[in-house]
Formats: sequence, C-alpha cells, structure tokens
Amino acid sequence: MRRYFGRKLLVYGLTFFVAVTVNWMIPRFMPGDPVQSMLSRANVAQPAAVEAMRVHYTAMFGFDLPLWRQYLNFWGSLLRGDLGISIWLFPTPVTDVIVRAVPYTLGLLIPSILLSWVAGNRFGAFAARRKWLDNTVLPLGYVLTATPYMWLAILLAWALGIIAGIFPVAGAYGFDLQPSWSWEFVGSLAQHWFLPFASLFLVAFGGWAIGMRNMIIYELEADYVNYLRALGAPTRLVRRYAFRNAILPQVTGLALQLGVLVAGALVTEIVFSYPGLGHLILQAIQNQDFFLLQGTFLFIVIGVLIANFVIDIAYVLVDPRTRTGMGEAA
Amino acid sequence: MALKVTDLRVYYRTLRGEVKALDGVTFSVADGEIMGLAGESGSGKSTLAKSLIRLDGRMRHAGGTVELDGRELPIADDRAMDEFRFREVSLIPQYSMSALNPTRKIGKMVGELLAARGVPDGTAELERRLELVGLSKDVLGRYPIELSGGMKQRVVMVVSTLLDPSLLIADEVTSALDVSSQKAVATTLLGFRDHGLVTSMMVVTHDISLVYQIADTILVMYAGRLAEKAPAEVLVTAPRHPYTRQLVAALPEVGVRYEDRRLTGIPGNPPSLLDPPGGCRFRDRCPLAFEQCAEQPPFAEVAPGHLVACWKAE
Amino acid sequence: MRSEALHFALRNRKLVVGTVVITVFLVAGVVGPMTIGHKPADYVGPAMAPPSGEFWFGTTTFGQDVFAQFLYGLRSTFLVGVLGGVLASVVGMVVGFVAGYRGGWVDELLTMVTNIVLVLPALVVLLIVNAYLGVRSVGVQALFIGLTSWPWAARAIRAQTFSLRSRDFVDLARLSGVRTPKIILREIAPNMSSYLFLTFILLFGSAILIAASLDFIGLGPTDSVSLGLMLNNAARWSALQLGMWWWFVPPGAGITAIVGALYVMNVGLDEVFNPKLREM
Repeated sequence: MRRYFGRKLLVYGLTFFVAVTVNWMIPRFMPGDPVQSMLSRANVAQPAAVEAMRVHYTAMFGFDLPLWRQYLNFWGSLLRGDLGISIWLFPTPVTDVIVRAVPYTLGLLIPSILLSWVAGNRFGAFAARRKWLDNTVLPLGYVLTATPYMWLAILLAWALGIIAGIFPVAGAYGFDLQPSWSWEFVGSLAQHWFLPFASLFLVAFGGWAIGMRNMIIYELEADYVNYLRALGAPTRLVRRYAFRNAILPQVTGLALQLGVLVAGALVTEIVFSYPGLGHLILQAIQNQDFFLLQGTFLFIVIGVLIANFVIDIAYVLVDPRTRTGMGEAA
Repeated sequence: MALKVTDLRVYYRTLRGEVKALDGVTFSVADGEIMGLAGESGSGKSTLAKSLIRLDGRMRHAGGTVELDGRELPIADDRAMDEFRFREVSLIPQYSMSALNPTRKIGKMVGELLAARGVPDGTAELERRLELVGLSKDVLGRYPIELSGGMKQRVVMVVSTLLDPSLLIADEVTSALDVSSQKAVATTLLGFRDHGLVTSMMVVTHDISLVYQIADTILVMYAGRLAEKAPAEVLVTAPRHPYTRQLVAALPEVGVRYEDRRLTGIPGNPPSLLDPPGGCRFRDRCPLAFEQCAEQPPFAEVAPGHLVACWKAE
Repeated sequence: MRSEALHFALRNRKLVVGTVVITVFLVAGVVGPMTIGHKPADYVGPAMAPPSGEFWFGTTTFGQDVFAQFLYGLRSTFLVGVLGGVLASVVGMVVGFVAGYRGGWVDELLTMVTNIVLVLPALVVLLIVNAYLGVRSVGVQALFIGLTSWPWAARAIRAQTFSLRSRDFVDLARLSGVRTPKIILREIAPNMSSYLFLTFILLFGSAILIAASLDFIGLGPTDSVSLGLMLNNAARWSALQLGMWWWFVPPGAGITAIVGALYVMNVGLDEVFNPKLREM
C-alpha cells in the first residue's frame, strides 16, 4: 500500500512540475514579445499605469537574466503564492482574483460530480435488470454523454430560463443583492446555481449510467457469479456482489473523467456567466490577461491532482486487493 | 438409484440454428458410485454436466427427464432448480481459481451464501471441513487473492460439498493443475465419497487415464450421444465400442492430455451437431462401419454393468 | 470469418444506425458547401430571420446564413475529429506498443509519461497553448488535441500488447530473428486491429467534443467556421436572450448526433468483433 501511494504521489509531483514548466515555457517560446503584446492589448489608457506594468512584467519575466535563473525565479515567486497581477482587474493580484472565483466552481463541480456518479451508477445497475428499461436508458445515455456541456447548458437556459422564466440565466446571485448570509441571498444563490448544476449533472449522469450498465452486464458473466448461481444463490445476493465489483472500475473512471468534468464546468460557467474559474478564463482570453490565464491553469491542475489523490484513497477503501498489497491497482 | 437420466435432450441456440449438443442420453448413476464422464470437447459431456445443475442462457431443454433420489429435477426451470442446487446437486467448477468473489472475505461470502440458502449457522462445520483438506480456519478471514491456487481449489471443493449433496459434479477440475496437484484433488474427491459427504459423483474429464484412478465406472460420449459405459477397469482393458477402443489405444502416459493432440490416432472429425446425420454418428470414422450403421444402435447392456451403443459390440 | 463479421455487422442495428448518421453528416459536410453559392461569413440575408424556404436554418444577427455556416462547420468538425483522432491513435499506439512489448525500464518510463499526461486536464492545457497562438487553424487545433488526448489509448493498448507479447506466434517471430518494429507491425497490431479501430472511433468523438469546447471559449480557428464557433457566436451575440433558437440549436444538435452516432457505432462494432457479446 505504501508503494501504491508512493508511486501515485511521485506521478502527481512530476505532473505538477511539468505543469509549472509548461506554464513557464509557453510565453517564452511562443513567437512574439509577451510584454509588448500584453501591453498593447491591455486596455489601459494612462501612461503611468502602462509604465508601471512594463516595469512589473519585465521584472516578472526577468528577460535580462539567464534562462535557468528565470526558471528558478519563476518557481520562487510561485512558492510565495505570487502569480502576478491581473490586467483585467488591474492591479488586483491574480491569486486574489482566483481565490474569489474558486468557491463558485467548487460549488458547481463537487455536487454535480458526486451526485451524477452515485445516481448514474444506481440507475445503470437498475437499468441492466430490465430489457425495456435497458432499451430506453441506453440510447438516452448515449445522447446525454455525447452532448457538449455548453449546448445542454444553452438549451436549459433557453427552455427553463428564457421561455419558461423559472430560473435566472446569468450570474451567481441577483444583481441587486450583496453577498451576505440572509435568506434572500442564499435563496438567490440556489436559484442561480440550479441550471448550471443541472446541465453538468445530466451530461455526466448519462456517461456513468452507461458505464455501470456495461460493467454490471460484464460482471454478471463472471466466474464467481456462475458459481454462486450454480449453488442456488438468490438473484439479490448475486446482484449485490456484481454491483460491488462493477463499482471499482467506475471509481477509476471517475479519476479519468476529472479533466473532462472540469472542462465541462468551465464552459457551463461561461454560458451562465457564473463567476467561477471558467468565467475568469473567458475574461482572461478576451482581455489578453495571460497572468490570470496561467494562474487559473495552475490552480486547476492543483485541484485536479488533489482530487485524483482523494480518489486514490477512496479506491484503496473499496478494493481490498490494494490493501493486501498484492494487487496492482489500475 | 441416485441419478436417473432418461432420453435427455439439450440444444444450444445459435444464430445458425439449434446445435443438438445433447441428443437423447439415458443412463443412471448408483448410490456411492463415482462415474467418470469422458469424451472430446464437443462430445456433449460439459453440456450434460451443466444440464444437471444449471442451464446457461443459450441452452434449451428439448426433452427427457432427470431424476435424483426418486424426485424429478426441474432442469428447465431456473427458479425451481434453486431448491435442489447446493443441497441435492452441487458443482465443483472448472474455474476454481476465479470462482470466489474477489471483493469479499471468504468466510463472509460463504456465510452470506449459506444465510441466503436458509442455513443459518454453518461456520463450525465449515471450519471442520477446511481442516479435513488441510486448511486452517484463518483462510475465512482472507480475500481470495491472498490464497494460492491450490488453496482456492480446496476452498471451493469444501464449499461445494458443505451441504452434503446427493450428487456432486466435478467439471474438469484437474485440467488446470500439474500432475501432483491432480493427484491430491483426486484423493480429496475420493475422500468426500468415502466420508459420506457426497453420495454419488460425476467426474467430467477428457483425461481417461486420470479418471480411471478414482472412478468406479466410466461413461464415454461421442457427438452428443452415449458411446459406452462400463466399470472403469473393464472400459480401459476391454472396451467394446470402436471409438472407445481407439481412445484407449491412443491413451498416452498418465497426465498427458490427449485433447492437445486432437486425437491423432483417429482420422476424421466428429459430425456437425447443427444438423447431424442419422444413424451412428461415429460411422464416418469407424473402421468397422457397415450398412446397419445407418440406423442408430441402441445403448444396450452387453454384460452386467457394461452398456455399448454399437451394432458390432456383441 | 471475414464474411461472418460482415454478416453480423449488417444485422447489428446499433452499427447500422450509427454508420448511417455519420455518413449523412459526412456527405453534408463534404458536398454541402459546394452547393452553397456564398461564403458562410457573407452577409446575405435579412438580420435575425427565422428559418424559411430561402434560409433553412434562418440567419444570424448580421444576416449570415446559418445553414451555410452549419455545412461548413460540419466540415471543420469532421476534419478536427479525424485529424485529432488519427494523431492521438498513432501516438497512443506507438507508446502503447513500445511500452507493452519492450517492458522493463522503457515501460516504466513511458507509463510514467502516460500517467502524467493523463492527469493533466487536456482542455486546460489546450487553453493555455491556444491562447498564445495569434492565428489558429483547424489543423493546429487538431495537432494539439491529438498530442494531449492519447494517454488512455496508450494505456489500453499497452495492456493488450502485454498479453499478446508472450503468445506463441510472437515468440516464433522473435526466435526467427524478426526485428521488433516488424513484429509489432506484422504480428501484434493485426491481432488487435478491431480493438485499435474502436479506440480510434472513441478518440475521434472526444476530439470533436474538445474542439467544440475550445471553440466555444473563443479559441477556435480564426480562419474558418466550426460548429463550436457557431455556438460561441450565438452565445456572444445574445441569441439566447433574443430567442434566436435557430442559431444555437443546429450546431449543438449536429455535434451531439455525430458524437452519439460514433459512440453507438463503437458499441455495435464491439458486439460484431466480440462473439461473446454477440450471443446476448
């Protein structure tokens, strides 16, 4: 087990290292002078501000230093939590901008991932039982999982927001409200949260349901099932075992899908102007705010790595084979 | 008479039509008898073994009856069969290495199985029987992956016989093992009978030389039908059916499986069971074939306890 | 054997339906643009017109023909899917074959690299890279998608190769002095060709979805139209608030239909290639 976690942590450490290095390399090795292009694209009118930014960026990139120094300095400021200054919200530090947005993204992602996973698994296992259910769920599942996140978001916003007028379609809370712990604010928050959550949930749900359905049918063909059946074990017991075993690849699948789910959340936020990381990315791109973009990138990578590690721990809890130290985990 | 099979027919449904894998077999197994069931792959021996405990989804019971201890087994009715499984008929599968749920501790799995079958407390007996095959009760607290292949094999054998079934079917249990483990398994099977844990036994194999060591009688199948049944000694030393004769003549040294060689001694292949020809099915490969073989010979007793399906067996 | 596969292929509803849908869209994307007299970005009609006999899918806020954009967009979508899918398959195959066949430290190293790329969220990496590119084309987009989405394929192919490596025919080839690349190409790859094809189909589908997300965020091709870009434009110019459903429904439906058809085709093919599933 120690070896299992050791390997995982090594991979995550290396991944973080690669991500930071990529982040450092891209502005330096892409064509053009990043400082100049940033300044010319930034819509800052005052010459004083432009000059301040030029000094800041030149120091930040440290172009007069040898490459290896630049690289070490980059790590140095990163470890101090300094990701630069946002252009879009000049002069707010990028870290502050991101920290303000993160709760919104997590508030969407965590419930939609967990609920869609649990519900999709239950439903897929249930669908595998009945032919007619299977025949209706399967096509629906494939349609849902093939739907681009933003399109479902747009459709929901249009149908339930614009036409039916039940839900608001922009922002995280009413424009006339200030964040506070009043009922009114929390209610508004929930109302604005629902549609983005629902579109994330639905697309992911389709994928989990199909995955579980296929896994359980595969498990029901397994040797241990045949043996139990030959000994007259009731269907209930057999299904329970099959579900338990089919869950394992679904846990691994959760780790593999994280990137896709995060991407889904980003585009969904854009549809709903939801003030999370996706919204930041859109603003960063539109305002050529590369520091913000790169900072967000690093934050997302760190988040995904943490989530992966949590899933690894969960996997050890559900699969006894990793605990006995004999099985090679996926 | 522990087991009595009468004119049993079981067909496989395939997209090209029904394969008559088991096409009218009649035989019986006495109380206390260990019967070896031999034949090439495709002879219908596995189909026969499965039919007695659980038809798989593609198999259809096309006729005939199976009686165990005077009661008819509802082999076509999966639900009704559950009552008989484990208690009356039990199975040691070919796939012992993967027969145990990988995510349950063995003791817990067996406990849940027993509870589901209405046997509330079998733990004490289970531990006693594990000891009988040389396993400590510690294995109950372990996951299957923590056991060696031989240990898993023994656990499965103990579990399968836990409710003292009247008929135990051992399906190719030795085919995955090395020679010394084969010997140990054979001894254990004999022990089950001798200790009275099971009444009768059917040992399915394609290795006559192995089953000869433990079986009282041997039944040879060919292309979905019975060819010959005789006491083990007689079948090996004085076979009457031309197929059995060639099989025994081609018998290699102990432990070497002849299936690997595709029966080099006997030219030709068994007929397709999709639409089998009438008459004796061994006709085309038989050196003794003559006109009468166009008619199916009866499975007739030519000496006490010796039955042969061949016109020339007299 | 081959005719048997064909026999089942023609009787497999999933495969037939999937193939028909893909073919229809493919033909529309290839031939369709030739039948349209104007460029997709041309301002040819009245602004914000709903679907009519003249403009089947209506027009945008600026009077562009949505149907023309849709046909051209299909073309980019297929292009990015095929190119991205092929590239990802090739990288996945090379890494998977070499890691699985060689084993040892080569395997360790490649597995490590695979795992690293696997946990990096592909879309976010693509965002960073694309943001710095001033001019973006479908080809470059496909290139980067291919370079980031191969890891799971490599892992699956590695596992398959691993199990084929010790088979008799591979041993025989090795003993008779055949060189490694040749063994992989001649002995191993053909034995998992159906599997490789299935992998390609899935990568094809996921490349389309990734490209659509990139386009939607505003990092789509700068020189052509795509289904994702159409969604981006529709959202940017408030088609939602203006009730111009004809602007955002077709591109999304097109992507969903194509990707869904690919997935369904994949399941159908799996059943055809895998006799065990066929019987059920």
